[in-house]
Amino acid sequence: MPDLLIELFSEEIPARMQARARDDLRSMVTNGLVEAGLTYASAGAFSTPRRLTLTIDGLTAESRPVREERKGPSASAPPAAIEGFLRSTGLTLDQLERRADKKGETLYAVIEKPGRAAPAIIAEVLEATIRNFPWPKAMRWGAGNLRWVRPLHSILCLLSDESGAHVVPLTVDGITAGNTTEGHRFLGQGRFAVHSFDDYAVKLKRAHVVLDSAEREAAIWQGAQNLAFAAGLEVVEDKGLLAEVAGLVEWPVPLMGRIGDAFLHLPPEVLQTSMKEHQKFFSVKNPRSGRIEGFITVANTETADHGATILKGNQKVLSARLSDAKFFWENDLRVAKAGMGEWLDGLKAVTFHNKLGSQADRIARIAALAKEIAPLVGADADLSEQAARLAKADLRSAMVGEFPELQGLMGMYYAREAGLPEAVALAARDHYSPLGPSDAVPTEPVSVAVALADKIDTLTGFWAIDEKPTGSKDPFALRRAALGVIRLVLGNGVRVSLSSVLQRAAAVVWYAPMLANDVYILPTGYSAEVKNWQGVCHVHPAGDEPPQYNVSLEEFLSALQNARVTDAAEVWFDDLEADPQLGDERLINGDHRLGRLTSDLLSFFHDRLKVFLKDQGIRHDVIDACLAMPGNDDLTLLVKRAGALAAFLKTEDGPNLLQGFKRANTILTQAEAKDGVEYSFGADPKFAETDEERALFTALDTAEAQITPAMKAEDFAAAMAAMASLRAPIDAFFTAVQVNSENPITRRNRLNLLHRIRAICSGVADLTKIEG
Amino acid sequence: MAEIRKAPRSFQEIILRLQNYWGAQGCAVLQPYDMEVGAGTFHPATTLRSLGTKPWAAAYVQPSRRPTDGRYGENPNRLQHYYQYQVIIKPSPPNLQELYLGSLAEIGLDPNLHDIRFVEDDWESPTLGAWGLGWEIWCDGMEVSQFTYFQQVGGHDCRPVSGELTYGLERLAMYVLGVDHVMDMPFNDPQSPIPLTYGDIFRQTEEEYSRHNFDGATTEMLFQHFKDAEAECERLLAFEPQDPKSGKRIIMAHPAYDQTIKASHLFNLLDARGVISVTERQAYIGRVRALAKKCADAFRLTEAGADA
Repeated sequence: MPDLLIELFSEEIPARMQARARDDLRSMVTNGLVEAGLTYASAGAFSTPRRLTLTIDGLTAESRPVREERKGPSASAPPAAIEGFLRSTGLTLDQLERRADKKGETLYAVIEKPGRAAPAIIAEVLEATIRNFPWPKAMRWGAGNLRWVRPLHSILCLLSDESGAHVVPLTVDGITAGNTTEGHRFLGQGRFAVHSFDDYAVKLKRAHVVLDSAEREAAIWQGAQNLAFAAGLEVVEDKGLLAEVAGLVEWPVPLMGRIGDAFLHLPPEVLQTSMKEHQKFFSVKNPRSGRIEGFITVANTETADHGATILKGNQKVLSARLSDAKFFWENDLRVAKAGMGEWLDGLKAVTFHNKLGSQADRIARIAALAKEIAPLVGADADLSEQAARLAKADLRSAMVGEFPELQGLMGMYYAREAGLPEAVALAARDHYSPLGPSDAVPTEPVSVAVALADKIDTLTGFWAIDEKPTGSKDPFALRRAALGVIRLVLGNGVRVSLSSVLQRAAAVVWYAPMLANDVYILPTGYSAEVKNWQGVCHVHPAGDEPPQYNVSLEEFLSALQNARVTDAAEVWFDDLEADPQLGDERLINGDHRLGRLTSDLLSFFHDRLKVFLKDQGIRHDVIDACLAMPGNDDLTLLVKRAGALAAFLKTEDGPNLLQGFKRANTILTQAEAKDGVEYSFGADPKFAETDEERALFTALDTAEAQITPAMKAEDFAAAMAAMASLRAPIDAFFTAVQVNSENPITRRNRLNLLHRIRAICSGVADLTKIEG
Repeated sequence: MAEIRKAPRSFQEIILRLQNYWGAQGCAVLQPYDMEVGAGTFHPATTLRSLGTKPWAAAYVQPSRRPTDGRYGENPNRLQHYYQYQVIIKPSPPNLQELYLGSLAEIGLDPNLHDIRFVEDDWESPTLGAWGLGWEIWCDGMEVSQFTYFQQVGGHDCRPVSGELTYGLERLAMYVLGVDHVMDMPFNDPQSPIPLTYGDIFRQTEEEYSRHNFDGATTEMLFQHFKDAEAECERLLAFEPQDPKSGKRIIMAHPAYDQTIKASHLFNLLDARGVISVTERQAYIGRVRALAKKCADAFRLTEAGADA
């Protein structure tokens, strides 16, 4: 069986693209070969900065002949149909077979494809692979038309068997395949020929190229650890960096250097980030002090001076970089210790979104909201407000300007250095969390308050300006923000009416653009109730020049509160011409608009919650059954109820009770529809005719006596256990008793009894929503 | 691999060696463009000549101005006025990487002693409507050049593709010469009768221009000049190609492009003066890009920019 070796040799392939390219090369070529009728035993793909390599073992020398038979139209079909069949098969009429059947004669095409030799197939498949390779970004070069990640220089394509190695004839855009390659750019000795994969790998190593990235990674990691160990230090593990560095070198040579004393006091994350981002250095830690004291750089070459010049150069570049970092740190500390006012002022000039104001506007909203949320999560209100005001100040710091990924973390260091309370420092660090589904949820109450306020402000803000996620588009990561709120609430067992928080947040979010857009609030009536409203807001007499609008947030909120009570106020956007989108809402009822926004956003939360709970194994119909209950904007309560219901449905009693409930509900609903009355009162045991009826009365009384206090205590498990006790009496009732009795009094009494079943069960969850 | 030359001793020696080297490789050694530009790419020898099919090879030093980078001559490696060395070859030759490495050897960076690496860095110029793929080149962890295969300029696909090399001369020279502060770098030979450092020549101007860029320049005037340049660019391009006086077909692509360059520099100055808000920034960049695209369109209709 022949073996195939392919190498695509190019200028330097970006490190981040290499792993994917290896996989793509293997799957595209092997799939292509298999589709063309070849089989193979095994395949392996490799990459270095300058080459993608594929080796395939045990390839068949030729494809099996294929006999394909296709049924065509009837021999008496219209000529157009027959011509079409001829075109699609590429045959002529006399090449078709005619076979008699029930309808007369039918035409058949029998196409015999002889086996093809492997080289012809390989050449086709490889050319198609090169031309259609899914690089994340590809380019043209010179005067050619081929697209590759960087200029492609040579193709090695070699098929070897017992008779020897043969180049597969192939030319792509002027590049003719051969049996040669070259080694390391500086340490290699020109081009050389190979005759098999083993020969290729050995000769490459001799030419200072380690073909396998896993081998390069292992060599880097081992070499780095040895260097650090010899100096009594240890390398900080970073798998992502290791993979990236392995993609930057063909001949890795780790070198270790020390960080200058002047920089050792910088926060370790600053040293690590600066070294990693700018220089692709590994950090080296002193295990005794925990400080970052050294670095490992990985050169791509061996030198006569054993890397001394290279290390010296790297050291120099690092010093310049860390001097910048030190300069940022020291300047930032000056601002931080002065109260961060300079940064907070600066944030006024940074636009968050042109319809949602500046970062400073946003921070003011978050602070107002954090203060309100604080008591609900057990945090100090003033401390939470203070934390929210400062949590994003570091966005204007020089360090975060240079390293955006250090946002929050720098805020924590600066808050500490400024002597602010630890809760404020931690909130700066943690208020962005949780970012992903597996990111840890903050638990420190002040952090929770600020994190919730941050996300809820974002959501209500973008909802207010109608920038909701659609389909796969979610440019402002609003789904992630909603999931963040859900995880913060559930993770901390927060009990809060989300609706009222959202309504409040929407009012706050609304306030800022109103100021910015010269918005006026006007009373539409002159009843006594709106006097207060007039008191805080300027009345804008029709036709006059608008007066200056100057109301504090608190005044605005209380005004809005009054507006809701009297439903008399309208909000008038004075500057509408500039924004045609708002044109239709020239006159907007404040209360109505807030309510609409809040309920829409709440259902978005419910959708996210369903996705979240589904991942945790809770069925969507279980969630729907709980969503239909009052208090569904209290997510903790909702999930507690859903969890209990899901567990209940897994017990033996669960599905059976559900059947009983549904039967009761169906009979009742049909009777109500037929009779046009509601059977909701007056079931009396004295009209009971059977033991089963009387037993059900007793069981319902007992269950109700247990369920009511259990529900009050939100002990859903106990309520459902009590509900489970109804299963046997309900089953017995339906077995023994005909509800629709001839006797109208008996019938009415029984229907009213069914209503008790419905009422008691429906107090726990809306079981009609449960499927099955 | 080219022979490794002895280490150069001054900033100007590095420039001279690069000039000689690229001249010997067949590039036309041009002089700097006589206007204020942000980078060597703005020189019409790169921007415009990378369009169309006519072969092209040029190398030149370009003084470049980045008003926001002014540090009053105090920062060891930040300047509001600095030099770039620019090489542009169309179509990009297959051995451009080797040619480039040869130029490093020419100024004393021996790849057998140093660690030279091609690290992914895609280039994009929003103001020129241009992008390309390539690398930044690292020497011992220090970025010493940009290497780009132009894919699009002024909104036009580059066919054939030009290869562009940009050397940050001060940074590269500081490394080669082992200098820690740019102002301490010998500009001419330190053994000369009158040795001059970079600081002797540029410290004062860095101070003056830093003050000018951050506080001195009159913003109302700059805003007006921006509008004027924009209007003039469009006006020049609106002329009928047929020139009644000479009887020739003359499209004023270069004079119009000069106005684009002006607008771009005026925008940079306004940015340094801190009078352009974050939201306005994008709009200004878009306006310059629109001009660059129109100039590119016009140049494609000229003899130098047409397809052969």
